[in-house]
Amino acid sequence: MDLITEGVIRAIGLILSGDPEVLTITALSLFVSVVGTLLACLWSIPMSAALALRSFHGKRIVKGLFNALIGVPTVALGLYLYLLLSRAGPLGHFQLLYTPYAIMIGQAALVTPIVVSFATGALESVDPDLRMLARTLGASEFQTYGVIIKEAFWGVVLAVIAAFNRAFAELGIAMMLGGNIRNLTRVLTTAIALETARGEIALSIALSFILLGIVMSLSIAINLARKSTR
Amino acid sequence: MVVVGAVGVAAYAYYLSIWSRRARLVVSTTTSLYETGFLDELKSKFELKYRNLNVSFISQGTGLAIQTAMRGDADMIFVHDPAREYQFLTGGYGVNRKILAYNFFVIVGPSEDPAGISGMSPADALRRIRSAGLNGTAVWASRGDDSGTHAKEKSLWKAIGLDAKDLRKESWYLEAGSGMTATLKLADEKRGYTLTDIGTYLLNYNNHNINLVKLVESGKSMLNVYSAIADNPKNANMTKANFEGAMQLIRYLVSDEGQELFANFGVSNYGMPLFKPYIRLVQSNSDAELIKWISELAFFEGSECPQQFRYQAEGLYSPQTPASVLLVSSLARAEQRKARPWT
Repeated sequence: MDLITEGVIRAIGLILSGDPEVLTITALSLFVSVVGTLLACLWSIPMSAALALRSFHGKRIVKGLFNALIGVPTVALGLYLYLLLSRAGPLGHFQLLYTPYAIMIGQAALVTPIVVSFATGALESVDPDLRMLARTLGASEFQTYGVIIKEAFWGVVLAVIAAFNRAFAELGIAMMLGGNIRNLTRVLTTAIALETARGEIALSIALSFILLGIVMSLSIAINLARKSTR
Repeated sequence: MVVVGAVGVAAYAYYLSIWSRRARLVVSTTTSLYETGFLDELKSKFELKYRNLNVSFISQGTGLAIQTAMRGDADMIFVHDPAREYQFLTGGYGVNRKILAYNFFVIVGPSEDPAGISGMSPADALRRIRSAGLNGTAVWASRGDDSGTHAKEKSLWKAIGLDAKDLRKESWYLEAGSGMTATLKLADEKRGYTLTDIGTYLLNYNNHNINLVKLVESGKSMLNVYSAIADNPKNANMTKANFEGAMQLIRYLVSDEGQELFANFGVSNYGMPLFKPYIRLVQSNSDAELIKWISELAFFEGSECPQQFRYQAEGLYSPQTPASVLLVSSLARAEQRKARPWT
Protein backbone atom coordinates (compact mmCIF):
# COMPACT_ATOMS: atom_id res chain seq x y z
CA MET A 1 0.00 0.00 0.00
CA ASP A 2 2.86 2.27 0.96
CA LEU A 3 4.48 1.66 -2.41
CA ILE A 4 1.32 2.64 -4.26
CA THR A 5 0.49 5.86 -2.37
CA GLU A 6 4.11 6.98 -2.37
CA GLY A 7 4.33 6.15 -6.08
CA VAL A 8 1.18 8.08 -6.92
CA ILE A 9 2.30 11.16 -4.97
CA ARG A 10 5.73 11.18 -6.60
CA ALA A 11 4.13 10.53 -9.99
CA ILE A 12 1.92 13.60 -9.70
CA GLY A 13 4.96 15.60 -8.64
CA LEU A 14 6.89 14.41 -11.70
CA ILE A 15 4.08 15.40 -14.06
CA LEU A 16 3.37 18.80 -12.47
CA SER A 17 7.03 19.78 -12.29
CA GLY A 18 7.50 18.99 -15.98
CA ASP A 19 10.26 16.47 -15.40
CA PRO A 20 12.41 16.47 -18.57
CA GLU A 21 12.62 12.66 -18.68
CA VAL A 22 8.82 12.37 -18.58
CA LEU A 23 8.41 15.11 -21.19
CA THR A 24 10.90 13.57 -23.61
CA ILE A 25 9.31 10.14 -23.36
CA THR A 26 5.82 11.58 -23.87
CA ALA A 27 6.93 13.74 -26.79
CA LEU A 28 8.68 10.84 -28.51
CA SER A 29 5.71 8.60 -27.97
CA LEU A 30 3.29 11.09 -29.52
CA PHE A 31 5.62 11.78 -32.41
CA VAL A 32 6.19 8.13 -33.28
CA SER A 33 2.54 7.09 -33.02
CA VAL A 34 1.12 10.14 -34.82
CA VAL A 35 3.50 9.63 -37.73
CA GLY A 36 2.86 5.89 -37.71
CA THR A 37 -0.90 6.40 -37.83
CA LEU A 38 -0.74 9.08 -40.54
CA LEU A 39 1.52 6.82 -42.56
CA ALA A 40 -1.06 4.03 -42.32
CA CYS A 41 -3.82 6.49 -43.40
CA LEU A 42 -1.90 7.29 -46.59
CA TRP A 43 -2.68 3.90 -48.04
CA SER A 44 -5.52 2.72 -45.82
CA ILE A 45 -8.10 5.41 -46.62
CA PRO A 46 -7.79 5.07 -50.41
CA MET A 47 -7.95 1.31 -49.91
CA SER A 48 -11.13 1.54 -47.87
CA ALA A 49 -12.66 3.91 -50.43
CA ALA A 50 -11.97 1.31 -53.10
CA LEU A 51 -13.36 -1.47 -50.93
CA ALA A 52 -16.51 0.40 -50.04
CA LEU A 53 -17.37 2.05 -53.32
CA ARG A 54 -16.15 -0.23 -56.08
CA SER A 55 -17.15 -3.75 -56.77
CA PHE A 56 -14.57 -6.29 -57.81
CA HIS A 57 -13.89 -9.97 -57.64
CA GLY A 58 -12.83 -11.27 -54.21
CA LYS A 59 -13.90 -8.13 -52.38
CA ARG A 60 -15.46 -10.11 -49.54
CA ILE A 61 -12.29 -12.09 -49.06
CA VAL A 62 -10.16 -8.93 -48.86
CA LYS A 63 -12.55 -7.38 -46.36
CA GLY A 64 -12.58 -10.55 -44.30
CA LEU A 65 -8.80 -10.63 -44.32
CA PHE A 66 -8.52 -7.08 -43.00
CA ASN A 67 -11.12 -7.84 -40.35
CA ALA A 68 -9.17 -10.88 -39.25
CA LEU A 69 -5.90 -8.93 -39.10
CA ILE A 70 -7.29 -6.39 -36.62
CA GLY A 71 -6.36 -8.67 -33.77
CA VAL A 72 -2.82 -9.46 -34.92
CA PRO A 73 -0.57 -9.90 -31.84
CA THR A 74 1.99 -7.09 -31.66
CA VAL A 75 4.81 -9.42 -30.66
CA ALA A 76 4.27 -11.60 -33.73
CA LEU A 77 4.28 -8.59 -36.04
CA GLY A 78 7.26 -7.22 -34.11
CA LEU A 79 9.18 -10.44 -34.60
CA TYR A 80 8.58 -10.59 -38.39
CA LEU A 81 9.55 -6.96 -38.85
CA TYR A 82 12.59 -7.48 -36.65
CA LEU A 83 13.76 -10.26 -38.95
CA LEU A 84 13.12 -8.07 -41.99
CA LEU A 85 14.84 -4.95 -40.65
CA SER A 86 17.81 -6.59 -38.94
CA ARG A 87 21.14 -5.83 -40.61
CA ALA A 88 21.36 -9.50 -41.50
CA GLY A 89 17.79 -9.45 -42.91
CA PRO A 90 16.49 -8.52 -46.37
CA LEU A 91 15.90 -4.84 -45.51
CA GLY A 92 18.99 -4.59 -43.34
CA HIS A 93 20.63 -2.29 -45.84
CA PHE A 94 18.54 0.66 -44.62
CA GLN A 95 19.75 0.26 -41.04
CA LEU A 96 16.34 0.97 -39.58
CA LEU A 97 16.33 -1.40 -36.61
CA TYR A 98 16.49 0.36 -33.22
CA THR A 99 15.43 3.71 -34.68
CA PRO A 100 12.13 5.57 -34.25
CA TYR A 101 11.44 4.93 -37.97
CA ALA A 102 11.30 1.20 -37.32
CA ILE A 103 8.60 1.73 -34.69
CA MET A 104 6.66 4.02 -37.05
CA ILE A 105 6.72 1.41 -39.80
CA GLY A 106 5.72 -1.33 -37.37
CA GLN A 107 2.85 0.69 -35.94
CA ALA A 108 1.69 1.72 -39.42
CA ALA A 109 1.53 -1.96 -40.38
CA LEU A 110 -0.23 -2.79 -37.13
CA VAL A 111 -3.03 -0.23 -37.53
CA THR A 112 -3.59 -0.59 -41.28
CA PRO A 113 -6.29 -3.28 -40.82
CA ILE A 114 -8.03 -1.12 -38.21
CA VAL A 115 -8.25 1.94 -40.46
CA VAL A 116 -9.25 -0.12 -43.50
CA SER A 117 -11.97 -2.11 -41.74
CA PHE A 118 -13.50 0.72 -39.75
CA ALA A 119 -13.32 3.29 -42.54
CA THR A 120 -14.80 0.83 -45.04
CA GLY A 121 -17.66 0.24 -42.64
CA ALA A 122 -18.25 3.97 -42.25
CA LEU A 123 -18.20 4.58 -46.01
CA GLU A 124 -20.52 1.67 -46.71
CA SER A 125 -23.07 2.95 -44.23
CA VAL A 126 -23.56 6.13 -46.27
CA ASP A 127 -26.98 6.00 -47.95
CA PRO A 128 -26.47 4.55 -51.48
CA ASP A 129 -29.10 6.97 -52.81
CA LEU A 130 -26.69 9.83 -52.07
CA ARG A 131 -24.28 8.39 -54.58
CA MET A 132 -26.95 8.14 -57.23
CA LEU A 133 -28.10 11.65 -56.45
CA ALA A 134 -24.59 13.04 -56.82
CA ARG A 135 -24.15 11.25 -60.13
CA THR A 136 -27.47 12.45 -61.50
CA LEU A 137 -26.57 16.02 -60.50
CA GLY A 138 -23.54 15.68 -62.79
CA ALA A 139 -20.71 14.83 -60.35
CA SER A 140 -17.80 12.88 -61.73
CA GLU A 141 -16.72 9.57 -60.19
CA PHE A 142 -14.09 11.27 -58.03
CA GLN A 143 -16.39 14.09 -57.00
CA THR A 144 -18.86 11.45 -55.90
CA TYR A 145 -16.19 9.85 -53.72
CA GLY A 146 -15.58 13.27 -52.18
CA VAL A 147 -19.26 13.65 -51.32
CA ILE A 148 -19.38 10.22 -49.72
CA ILE A 149 -16.20 10.69 -47.73
CA LYS A 150 -17.54 14.01 -46.48
CA GLU A 151 -20.76 12.34 -45.38
CA ALA A 152 -18.84 9.58 -43.59
CA PHE A 153 -16.26 12.03 -42.16
CA TRP A 154 -16.78 11.28 -38.49
CA GLY A 155 -16.80 7.57 -39.07
CA VAL A 156 -13.42 7.84 -40.78
CA VAL A 157 -12.09 10.09 -38.01
CA LEU A 158 -13.13 7.54 -35.43
CA ALA A 159 -11.31 4.83 -37.40
CA VAL A 160 -8.14 6.95 -37.38
CA ILE A 161 -8.46 7.67 -33.66
CA ALA A 162 -8.99 4.00 -32.87
CA ALA A 163 -5.86 3.27 -34.90
CA PHE A 164 -3.86 5.93 -33.08
CA ASN A 165 -4.93 4.58 -29.70
CA ARG A 166 -3.83 1.10 -30.67
CA ALA A 167 -0.45 2.34 -31.92
CA PHE A 168 0.09 4.60 -28.94
CA ALA A 169 -0.69 1.90 -26.38
CA GLU A 170 1.09 -1.10 -27.92
CA LEU A 171 4.27 -2.46 -26.40
CA GLY A 172 5.56 -5.38 -28.47
CA ILE A 173 6.56 -3.52 -31.61
CA ALA A 174 8.09 -0.56 -29.79
CA MET A 175 10.16 -2.90 -27.63
CA MET A 176 11.33 -5.27 -30.35
CA LEU A 177 11.98 -2.74 -33.11
CA GLY A 178 12.92 0.26 -30.98
CA GLY A 179 14.97 -1.39 -28.27
CA ASN A 180 13.85 1.15 -25.63
CA ILE A 181 16.85 3.44 -26.15
CA ARG A 182 16.79 6.53 -23.97
CA ASN A 183 15.97 9.77 -25.83
CA LEU A 184 15.65 7.87 -29.09
CA THR A 185 13.15 5.04 -28.95
CA ARG A 186 12.00 5.05 -25.34
CA VAL A 187 8.24 5.59 -25.59
CA LEU A 188 5.60 5.49 -22.86
CA THR A 189 4.83 1.78 -23.02
CA THR A 190 8.44 0.55 -23.16
CA ALA A 191 9.43 2.96 -20.40
CA ILE A 192 6.62 1.68 -18.18
CA ALA A 193 7.71 -1.91 -18.76
CA LEU A 194 11.37 -1.11 -18.15
CA GLU A 195 11.05 1.26 -15.22
CA THR A 196 8.85 -1.26 -13.42
CA ALA A 197 11.50 -3.93 -13.99
CA ARG A 198 14.06 -1.46 -12.71
CA GLY A 199 12.08 -0.69 -9.57
CA GLU A 200 11.31 2.95 -10.54
CA ILE A 201 7.65 2.60 -9.61
CA ALA A 202 6.87 6.34 -9.32
CA LEU A 203 8.11 7.05 -12.82
CA SER A 204 6.09 4.09 -14.15
CA ILE A 205 2.95 5.35 -12.50
CA ALA A 206 3.51 8.89 -13.81
CA LEU A 207 3.97 7.57 -17.34
CA SER A 208 0.91 5.35 -17.10
CA PHE A 209 -1.19 8.36 -16.01
CA ILE A 210 0.00 10.27 -19.05
CA LEU A 211 -0.73 7.33 -21.34
CA LEU A 212 -4.25 6.95 -19.95
CA GLY A 213 -4.83 10.70 -19.91
CA ILE A 214 -3.94 11.15 -23.57
CA VAL A 215 -5.95 8.18 -24.79
CA MET A 216 -9.04 9.16 -22.78
CA SER A 217 -8.98 12.90 -23.43
CA LEU A 218 -8.58 12.24 -27.13
CA SER A 219 -11.69 10.07 -27.19
CA ILE A 220 -13.65 12.63 -25.17
CA ALA A 221 -12.52 15.50 -27.40
CA ILE A 222 -13.58 13.63 -30.52
CA ASN A 223 -16.99 12.86 -29.06
CA LEU A 224 -17.53 16.50 -28.13
CA ALA A 225 -16.42 17.75 -31.53
CA ARG A 226 -18.71 15.27 -33.23
CA LYS A 227 -21.73 16.35 -31.17
CA SER A 228 -21.12 20.04 -31.73
CA THR A 229 -21.09 19.60 -35.50
CA ARG A 230 -24.36 17.68 -35.62
CA MET B 1 -5.25 21.32 -32.42
CA VAL B 2 -3.95 19.55 -29.36
CA VAL B 3 -2.52 16.80 -31.49
CA VAL B 4 -0.90 19.19 -33.93
CA GLY B 5 0.66 21.13 -31.06
CA ALA B 6 1.89 17.96 -29.45
CA VAL B 7 3.40 16.77 -32.70
CA GLY B 8 5.22 20.06 -33.03
CA VAL B 9 6.66 19.77 -29.53
CA ALA B 10 7.53 16.15 -30.12
CA ALA B 11 9.25 16.83 -33.41
CA TYR B 12 11.22 19.63 -31.84
CA ALA B 13 12.33 17.61 -28.82
CA TYR B 14 13.21 14.74 -31.09
CA TYR B 15 15.21 17.01 -33.35
CA LEU B 16 17.15 18.42 -30.43
CA SER B 17 17.84 15.08 -28.85
CA ILE B 18 19.20 13.09 -31.75
CA TRP B 19 19.58 14.93 -35.00
CA SER B 20 22.86 16.51 -34.06
CA ARG B 21 24.86 14.86 -36.81
CA ARG B 22 26.45 12.32 -34.54
CA ALA B 23 27.36 8.85 -35.68
CA ARG B 24 25.40 6.09 -33.98
CA LEU B 25 27.05 3.51 -31.78
CA VAL B 26 24.80 0.63 -30.74
CA VAL B 27 25.98 -1.37 -27.73
CA SER B 28 24.10 -4.52 -26.77
CA THR B 29 24.56 -5.10 -23.10
CA THR B 30 23.40 -6.94 -20.01
CA THR B 31 20.48 -6.04 -17.79
CA SER B 32 22.67 -5.77 -14.68
CA LEU B 33 24.75 -2.93 -16.11
CA TYR B 34 21.65 -1.26 -17.41
CA GLU B 35 19.28 -1.51 -14.47
CA THR B 36 21.76 -0.03 -12.01
CA GLY B 37 21.89 3.15 -14.11
CA PHE B 38 25.62 2.84 -14.76
CA LEU B 39 25.18 3.05 -18.52
CA ASP B 40 23.16 6.28 -18.30
CA GLU B 41 26.08 7.84 -16.47
CA LEU B 42 28.59 6.39 -18.92
CA LYS B 43 26.58 7.73 -21.87
CA SER B 44 26.41 11.27 -20.54
CA LYS B 45 30.13 11.42 -19.62
CA PHE B 46 31.29 9.78 -22.83
CA GLU B 47 29.14 11.88 -25.17
CA LEU B 48 30.31 15.03 -23.45
CA LYS B 49 33.86 14.11 -24.37
CA TYR B 50 33.26 12.56 -27.79
CA ARG B 51 30.78 14.81 -29.52
CA ASN B 52 30.93 12.82 -32.75
CA LEU B 53 29.10 9.84 -31.25
CA ASN B 54 25.62 9.03 -30.04
CA VAL B 55 25.59 5.87 -27.93
CA SER B 56 22.51 3.65 -27.80
CA PHE B 57 22.40 0.85 -25.25
CA ILE B 58 20.14 -2.13 -25.92
CA SER B 59 19.59 -3.91 -22.63
CA GLN B 60 19.25 -7.68 -22.98
CA GLY B 61 20.48 -10.78 -21.25
CA THR B 62 24.07 -11.63 -22.23
CA GLY B 63 22.94 -14.51 -24.46
CA LEU B 64 20.57 -12.33 -26.47
CA ALA B 65 23.01 -9.40 -26.44
CA ILE B 66 25.60 -11.58 -28.15
CA GLN B 67 23.06 -12.80 -30.71
CA THR B 68 22.05 -9.22 -31.47
CA ALA B 69 25.67 -8.40 -32.21
CA MET B 70 26.12 -11.58 -34.29
CA ARG B 71 23.28 -10.44 -36.54
CA GLY B 72 25.11 -7.16 -36.98
CA ASP B 73 22.47 -5.15 -35.12
CA ALA B 74 24.92 -3.86 -32.52
CA ASP B 75 28.43 -2.45 -32.97
CA MET B 76 29.87 -3.94 -29.80
CA ILE B 77 28.94 -5.97 -26.73
CA PHE B 78 29.47 -5.25 -23.05
CA VAL B 79 28.70 -8.46 -21.19
CA HIS B 80 29.71 -10.89 -18.43
CA ASP B 81 29.93 -14.48 -19.61
CA PRO B 82 33.53 -15.48 -20.49
CA ALA B 83 32.58 -18.80 -22.09
CA ARG B 84 30.24 -17.21 -24.61
CA GLU B 85 32.60 -14.27 -25.13
CA TYR B 86 35.20 -16.79 -26.23
CA GLN B 87 32.72 -18.33 -28.69
CA PHE B 88 31.97 -14.86 -30.00
CA LEU B 89 35.69 -14.33 -30.66
CA THR B 90 36.41 -17.75 -32.12
CA GLY B 91 33.29 -17.56 -34.30
CA GLY B 92 34.88 -14.59 -36.05
CA TYR B 93 32.34 -12.11 -34.70
CA GLY B 94 34.43 -10.07 -32.30
CA VAL B 95 37.83 -8.49 -31.85
CA ASN B 96 39.73 -6.61 -29.17
CA ARG B 97 38.18 -7.97 -26.01
CA LYS B 98 39.01 -5.99 -22.91
CA ILE B 99 38.22 -6.95 -19.33
CA LEU B 100 36.92 -3.77 -17.70
CA ALA B 101 35.41 -4.43 -14.30
CA TYR B 102 34.39 -7.09 -11.84
CA ASN B 103 32.30 -7.69 -8.78
CA PHE B 104 30.86 -10.70 -7.00
CA PHE B 105 27.62 -12.57 -7.31
CA VAL B 106 25.72 -13.19 -4.09
CA ILE B 107 23.07 -15.70 -3.09
CA VAL B 108 20.20 -13.86 -1.46
CA GLY B 109 17.15 -15.18 0.32
CA PRO B 110 14.47 -14.43 2.93
CA SER B 111 15.81 -13.24 6.30
CA GLU B 112 14.39 -16.30 8.11
CA ASP B 113 16.61 -18.44 5.84
CA PRO B 114 14.54 -21.67 5.85
CA ALA B 115 17.36 -23.73 4.28
CA GLY B 116 19.94 -22.43 6.75
CA ILE B 117 22.62 -21.42 4.26
CA SER B 118 23.91 -18.21 5.82
CA GLY B 119 27.69 -17.93 5.59
CA MET B 120 28.16 -21.26 3.78
CA SER B 121 30.21 -21.90 0.69
CA PRO B 122 28.19 -21.55 -2.55
CA ALA B 123 28.34 -25.31 -3.19
CA ASP B 124 27.07 -26.29 0.27
CA ALA B 125 24.43 -23.57 0.15
CA LEU B 126 23.02 -24.84 -3.14
CA ARG B 127 22.94 -28.42 -1.84
CA ARG B 128 20.98 -27.27 1.22
CA ILE B 129 18.58 -25.21 -0.90
CA ARG B 130 17.84 -28.17 -3.13
CA SER B 131 17.15 -30.57 -0.28
CA ALA B 132 14.97 -27.95 1.42
CA GLY B 133 13.28 -27.42 -1.94
CA LEU B 134 12.54 -31.11 -2.31
CA ASN B 135 11.07 -31.06 1.24
CA GLY B 136 8.88 -28.16 0.23
CA THR B 137 10.44 -25.62 2.60
CA ALA B 138 12.44 -23.53 0.11
CA VAL B 139 12.09 -22.11 -3.39
CA TRP B 140 14.76 -21.08 -5.90
CA ALA B 141 14.19 -18.37 -8.51
CA SER B 142 16.30 -18.74 -11.65
CA ARG B 143 16.73 -16.02 -14.27
CA GLY B 144 15.98 -18.60 -16.96
CA ASP B 145 16.77 -16.07 -19.71
CA ASP B 146 20.17 -17.27 -20.92
CA SER B 147 21.86 -14.23 -19.38
CA GLY B 148 25.34 -14.11 -17.89
CA THR B 149 23.90 -14.49 -14.41
CA HIS B 150 21.90 -17.50 -15.61
CA ALA B 151 25.07 -19.02 -17.07
CA LYS B 152 26.84 -18.52 -13.75
CA GLU B 153 23.93 -20.14 -11.91
CA LYS B 154 24.04 -23.16 -14.20
CA SER B 155 27.78 -23.50 -13.69
CA LEU B 156 27.31 -23.41 -9.89
CA TRP B 157 24.73 -26.22 -10.08
CA LYS B 158 27.02 -28.14 -12.40
CA ALA B 159 29.86 -27.84 -9.89
CA ILE B 160 27.81 -29.90 -7.42
CA GLY B 161 26.84 -32.43 -10.08
CA LEU B 162 23.39 -31.11 -10.96
CA ASP B 163 22.07 -30.13 -14.35
CA ALA B 164 19.77 -27.10 -14.51
CA LYS B 165 17.88 -28.87 -17.31
CA ASP B 166 16.76 -31.52 -14.81
CA LEU B 167 16.21 -29.07 -11.97
CA ARG B 168 13.65 -27.09 -13.94
CA LYS B 169 11.35 -30.11 -13.84
CA GLU B 170 11.27 -29.91 -10.04
CA SER B 171 8.54 -27.78 -8.49
CA TRP B 172 10.79 -25.73 -6.13
CA TYR B 173 12.82 -24.42 -9.09
CA LEU B 174 11.08 -21.40 -10.62
CA GLU B 175 12.13 -19.71 -13.85
CA ALA B 176 11.49 -15.99 -14.16
CA GLY B 177 12.55 -15.69 -17.80
CA SER B 178 13.30 -12.00 -17.32
CA GLY B 179 15.78 -9.45 -16.00
CA MET B 180 17.51 -9.38 -12.63
CA THR B 181 15.11 -6.99 -10.88
CA ALA B 182 12.09 -9.02 -11.98
CA THR B 183 13.77 -12.21 -10.75
CA LEU B 184 14.65 -10.64 -7.39
CA LYS B 185 11.05 -9.51 -7.11
CA LEU B 186 9.87 -13.05 -7.87
CA ALA B 187 12.18 -14.51 -5.21
CA ASP B 188 10.97 -11.88 -2.76
CA GLU B 189 7.29 -12.58 -3.38
CA LYS B 190 7.79 -16.34 -3.11
CA ARG B 191 10.17 -16.04 -0.12
CA GLY B 192 12.76 -17.90 -2.13
CA TYR B 193 16.48 -17.80 -2.88
CA THR B 194 18.23 -16.53 -5.97
CA LEU B 195 21.64 -15.71 -7.41
CA THR B 196 22.19 -12.04 -8.20
CA ASP B 197 24.92 -9.60 -9.12
CA ILE B 198 25.64 -7.35 -6.19
CA GLY B 199 24.81 -4.12 -8.04
CA THR B 200 21.24 -4.94 -8.96
CA TYR B 201 20.65 -6.41 -5.51
CA LEU B 202 21.81 -3.27 -3.68
CA LEU B 203 19.78 -1.04 -5.98
CA ASN B 204 16.57 -2.92 -5.23
CA TYR B 205 17.30 -3.42 -1.55
CA ASN B 206 17.94 0.29 -1.02
CA ASN B 207 14.80 1.19 -2.97
CA HIS B 208 12.80 -1.05 -0.56
CA ASN B 209 11.71 -2.98 -3.62
CA ILE B 210 12.75 -6.27 -1.95
CA ASN B 211 13.44 -7.56 1.58
CA LEU B 212 15.84 -10.37 0.63
CA VAL B 213 19.13 -10.47 2.53
CA LYS B 214 22.64 -11.47 1.45
CA LEU B 215 23.35 -14.98 2.68
CA VAL B 216 26.31 -16.27 0.68
CA GLU B 217 28.98 -14.03 -0.77
CA SER B 218 32.64 -13.99 -1.73
CA GLY B 219 34.62 -16.92 -3.04
CA LYS B 220 36.26 -17.47 -6.36
CA SER B 221 33.28 -19.25 -7.85
CA MET B 222 31.13 -16.16 -7.29
CA LEU B 223 33.37 -13.82 -9.29
CA ASN B 224 31.61 -11.76 -12.00
CA VAL B 225 33.78 -10.28 -14.76
CA TYR B 226 32.54 -7.67 -17.25
CA SER B 227 34.20 -7.32 -20.67
CA ALA B 228 33.69 -5.35 -23.86
CA ILE B 229 34.22 -6.73 -27.38
CA ALA B 230 34.05 -4.79 -30.64
CA ASP B 231 32.35 -6.28 -33.70
CA ASN B 232 34.83 -7.73 -36.17
CA PRO B 233 34.60 -5.35 -39.15
CA LYS B 234 35.83 -8.16 -41.45
CA ASN B 235 32.81 -10.36 -40.65
CA ALA B 236 30.30 -10.37 -43.52
CA ASN B 237 27.39 -9.52 -41.19
CA MET B 238 29.25 -6.66 -39.63
CA THR B 239 30.70 -4.65 -42.48
CA LYS B 240 28.47 -1.73 -41.55
CA ALA B 241 29.44 -1.88 -37.87
CA ASN B 242 30.80 1.32 -36.37
CA PHE B 243 34.22 -0.11 -35.52
CA GLU B 244 35.91 3.24 -34.85
CA GLY B 245 33.13 4.25 -32.48
CA ALA B 246 33.28 0.94 -30.65
CA MET B 247 37.04 1.26 -30.21
CA GLN B 248 36.62 4.81 -28.96
CA LEU B 249 34.23 3.61 -26.25
CA ILE B 250 36.47 0.67 -25.31
CA ARG B 251 39.52 2.91 -25.10
CA TYR B 252 37.53 5.34 -22.98
CA LEU B 253 36.45 2.60 -20.56
CA VAL B 254 40.06 1.44 -20.26
CA SER B 255 41.37 4.97 -19.68
CA ASP B 256 41.89 6.49 -16.25
CA GLU B 257 38.71 8.47 -16.66
CA GLY B 258 36.65 5.43 -17.60
CA GLN B 259 38.07 3.37 -14.74
CA GLU B 260 37.32 6.25 -12.39
CA LEU B 261 33.69 6.05 -13.52
CA PHE B 262 33.52 2.42 -12.35
CA ALA B 263 35.33 3.25 -9.09
CA ASN B 264 32.87 6.03 -8.20
CA PHE B 265 29.56 4.66 -9.40
CA GLY B 266 27.29 3.83 -6.49
CA VAL B 267 29.69 4.88 -3.74
CA SER B 268 27.50 7.74 -2.53
CA ASN B 269 24.38 5.56 -2.40
CA TYR B 270 25.74 2.19 -1.31
CA GLY B 271 29.05 2.98 0.37
CA MET B 272 30.90 0.87 -2.21
CA PRO B 273 31.36 0.83 -5.99
CA LEU B 274 28.88 -1.46 -7.75
CA PHE B 275 31.47 -2.39 -10.38
CA LYS B 276 35.14 -2.45 -9.42
CA PRO B 277 37.67 -1.23 -12.01
CA TYR B 278 39.79 -4.14 -13.24
CA ILE B 279 42.60 -2.18 -14.89
CA ARG B 280 43.18 -0.22 -11.69
CA LEU B 281 43.37 -3.51 -9.82
CA VAL B 282 46.07 -4.73 -12.18
CA GLN B 283 47.97 -1.46 -12.12
CA SER B 284 47.99 -1.19 -8.34
CA ASN B 285 48.77 -4.93 -8.08
CA SER B 286 47.24 -4.81 -4.60
CA ASP B 287 45.50 -8.18 -4.57
CA ALA B 288 47.53 -10.86 -6.34
CA GLU B 289 45.08 -13.61 -5.44
CA LEU B 290 42.11 -11.76 -6.93
CA ILE B 291 44.04 -10.99 -10.12
CA LYS B 292 44.87 -14.68 -10.38
CA TRP B 293 41.21 -15.66 -9.87
CA ILE B 294 40.11 -13.29 -12.62
CA SER B 295 42.71 -14.62 -15.04
CA GLU B 296 41.70 -18.21 -14.27
CA LEU B 297 38.03 -17.44 -14.81
CA ALA B 298 38.08 -14.99 -17.69
CA PHE B 299 41.33 -15.42 -19.67
CA PHE B 300 41.47 -17.41 -22.89
CA GLU B 301 44.70 -19.17 -23.87
CA GLY B 302 46.45 -17.23 -21.12
CA SER B 303 45.38 -13.78 -22.27
CA GLU B 304 42.37 -11.50 -21.94
CA CYS B 305 42.39 -11.40 -25.75
CA PRO B 306 44.69 -13.77 -27.65
CA GLN B 307 46.77 -12.21 -30.44
CA GLN B 308 44.69 -13.60 -33.30
CA PHE B 309 41.59 -11.78 -32.04
CA ARG B 310 43.19 -8.36 -32.06
CA TYR B 311 42.66 -5.90 -34.86
CA GLN B 312 44.02 -2.36 -35.07
CA ALA B 313 44.48 -2.42 -31.33
CA GLU B 314 47.61 -0.29 -31.04
CA GLY B 315 48.45 0.37 -27.43
CA LEU B 316 45.34 -1.34 -26.09
CA TYR B 317 47.21 -4.35 -24.76
CA SER B 318 50.58 -2.83 -23.99
CA PRO B 319 51.58 -3.35 -20.38
CA GLN B 320 49.86 -0.58 -18.47
CA THR B 321 52.41 1.88 -17.20
CA PRO B 322 50.43 4.80 -15.88
CA ALA B 323 53.44 7.04 -15.28
CA SER B 324 54.55 6.97 -18.91
CA VAL B 325 50.99 7.39 -20.18
CA LEU B 326 50.67 10.48 -18.03
CA LEU B 327 53.98 11.80 -19.31
CA VAL B 328 52.97 11.33 -22.94
CA SER B 329 49.63 13.05 -22.47
CA SER B 330 51.16 15.97 -20.59
CA LEU B 331 53.75 16.35 -23.34
CA ALA B 332 50.96 16.36 -25.90
CA ARG B 333 49.14 19.04 -23.96
CA ALA B 334 52.31 21.14 -23.81
CA GLU B 335 52.63 20.77 -27.59
CA GLN B 336 49.08 21.99 -28.02
CA ARG B 337 49.75 24.98 -25.83
CA LYS B 338 52.79 25.83 -27.88
CA ALA B 339 50.77 25.59 -31.06
CA ARG B 340 48.04 27.83 -29.70
CA PRO B 341 49.81 30.38 -27.51
CA TRP B 342 46.66 32.46 -27.07
CA THR B 343 44.84 29.82 -25.04
